Amino acid sequence: MDLYAENILDHYRHPRHKLPLPKEAPPPTGEPACRTGRDQGGGVVIHHESNPACGDELTIRFGIKDDHIHNPSWDGTGCAISQAAMSMLAEEFENISIDSAAALTPKQIFDLLGVPISPRRLKCALLGLHALKNALHIHYGEPLQVWTQTVSGAVDEI
Amino acid sequence: MTLDISAIRRQFPILDQELIYLDSAATAQKPQIVIDALKEFYAKKNANVHRGMHGLAEQATTAYENARTSVQKFINAASPEEIIFTKSCTESINLVANSYSSRREGVRGRGSVVLSLLEHHSNIVPWMMCGAHLHWINIDEYGNTRLEQLDTYLKQENIELVAITGQSNVLGTRPPLKEIIQKAHAAGAYVLVDAAQLVAHHQVNVQELDCDFLAFSAHKLYGPTGIGVLYGKRELLEKMPPFIGGGMMIKEATQTGFTPADIPQKFEGGTPPIAQAIGLAAALEWLEQFAWKDIEEHEHALLKHAEHILKNIDGLKILPACHPEPDEGRHAQDVMVRRAHHDMERSGCLSFVLDKVHPHDLTDILGEQGICLRAGHHCAMPLHKRLNIPASTRVSFGIYNTIQEIDILADAIQHAQKILQ
Ligand SMILES: Cc1ncc(COP(=O)(O)O)c(C=O)c1O
Repeated sequence: MDLYAENILDHYRHPRHKLPLPKEAPPPTGEPACRTGRDQGGGVVIHHESNPACGDELTIRFGIKDDHIHNPSWDGTGCAISQAAMSMLAEEFENISIDSAAALTPKQIFDLLGVPISPRRLKCALLGLHALKNALHIHYGEPLQVWTQTVSGAVDEI
Repeated sequence: MTLDISAIRRQFPILDQELIYLDSAATAQKPQIVIDALKEFYAKKNANVHRGMHGLAEQATTAYENARTSVQKFINAASPEEIIFTKSCTESINLVANSYSSRREGVRGRGSVVLSLLEHHSNIVPWMMCGAHLHWINIDEYGNTRLEQLDTYLKQENIELVAITGQSNVLGTRPPLKEIIQKAHAAGAYVLVDAAQLVAHHQVNVQELDCDFLAFSAHKLYGPTGIGVLYGKRELLEKMPPFIGGGMMIKEATQTGFTPADIPQKFEGGTPPIAQAIGLAAALEWLEQFAWKDIEEHEHALLKHAEHILKNIDGLKILPACHPEPDEGRHAQDVMVRRAHHDMERSGCLSFVLDKVHPHDLTDILGEQGICLRAGHHCAMPLHKRLNIPASTRVSFGIYNTIQEIDILADAIQHAQKILQ
């Protein structure tokens, strides 16, 4: 099946929940590209992730109200797959509980995309999920997860 | 004499399949002769080098040392001891940066390194890791290095070394090495040339260049992966401390210390890439059957054709496609002179961006059709930052590429554009 299916291109061309967010300064020399987010008070979490291999970037931001994701938005640049997956994911996790958000799996992202994802596009497809998981880790005050944790299990799915 | 490209292509078994390989800047394909040399070594001659008195060990040692001499001749170094085998161009540069920073009897005292914005991360990060203070030479809107900035830096007292690429792996531009080396030497600074791309496209003569160090990998030169070369001037290599400690790099070891071996063994701790050295020698010998002039002519024709046909695609911009930096006005006259001299002479590769189409999407679609191009920042993030783009798509050439392949590529790009825009 074609990777560039109409629904993917539609999300790419008309991304949902995409809003301009302040772009954070690049990390100082030697520090990992993944920057820790900051809690801006009022339960708002903002977090930035990039895929160092290709330069795709996503910043996601959402509020937490009654243990539910509230008013998600994101901003970023990148390929059609990373941007469409983020757009679909943002629709998906709006108003779900933070527990269900934390339990989202790569398979669910692949199902949203609805097309086969080859290993070389894995990180494109999962950049949004990776950013979401780490935003939640920040919310819980937990250490951030690394890419291998985000993609673990995903390889068997594709 | 022009090259017989069909005959050349037949020597590359990988090209038997439906494949348009335009990613030789990442790694070149290997001719059968190189594949055979590796196989033959493992099947008939495998032994470790410089250890053991048996016949096999002797043969392997001779073949390994002959490979060193082949490399010496290839770049016209003064002696084979000035050729160090490493695992890659990257390791070669790290070796110099490391010895440099250890400062015991290193290149010289702590100081500053001048780099250009054209550099690959391999020629950036090692200098950051060794703690050098970095000065960057910017590029102008033609992708040429702004030498007047080098002049300014060199007037400062503490410039130890200029680390410069011989040929950009993104823009294909070639900084004027001889001029840079002369300027640096006049100011008492050393020069390391990252020749990873350069060696595969042009003849390199280290004595004529008078560079102090030069680094490259075999795999971009139709040779095997896993082996790189560091050339260094004898008197510098002799002063530098070893890099990797282990077997073979010592004269003597006691419970309290060691005396390093002479060059080149001093820098070749551990079992070296033996089969790869033999494979590299086979690649050099294979390459020698062609005249550099013919290779250059062929690749120049490919590049000109690619520039011509690609720039006519709607929304496609060939890099650098950047504006002069604000302060460049002051050097307007200088820029004009340079423009006349080298109006974007590219070599080996060109990169481009396509309106509203991300390089990854483009190369994924092209890849489905067996057309191999690289997308991303090509390990040159500071350059992409300067060009104000996150990523680009690169078309790079080897001796085996043809004009027809470029025509097919151009059609395929337009097809992908229709899908994605
Ligand atoms: C200009 C340049 N320098 C250095 C390197 C590093 O070569 P290697 O990865 O073989 O060490 C490359 C390879 O991409 C290159 O293009």
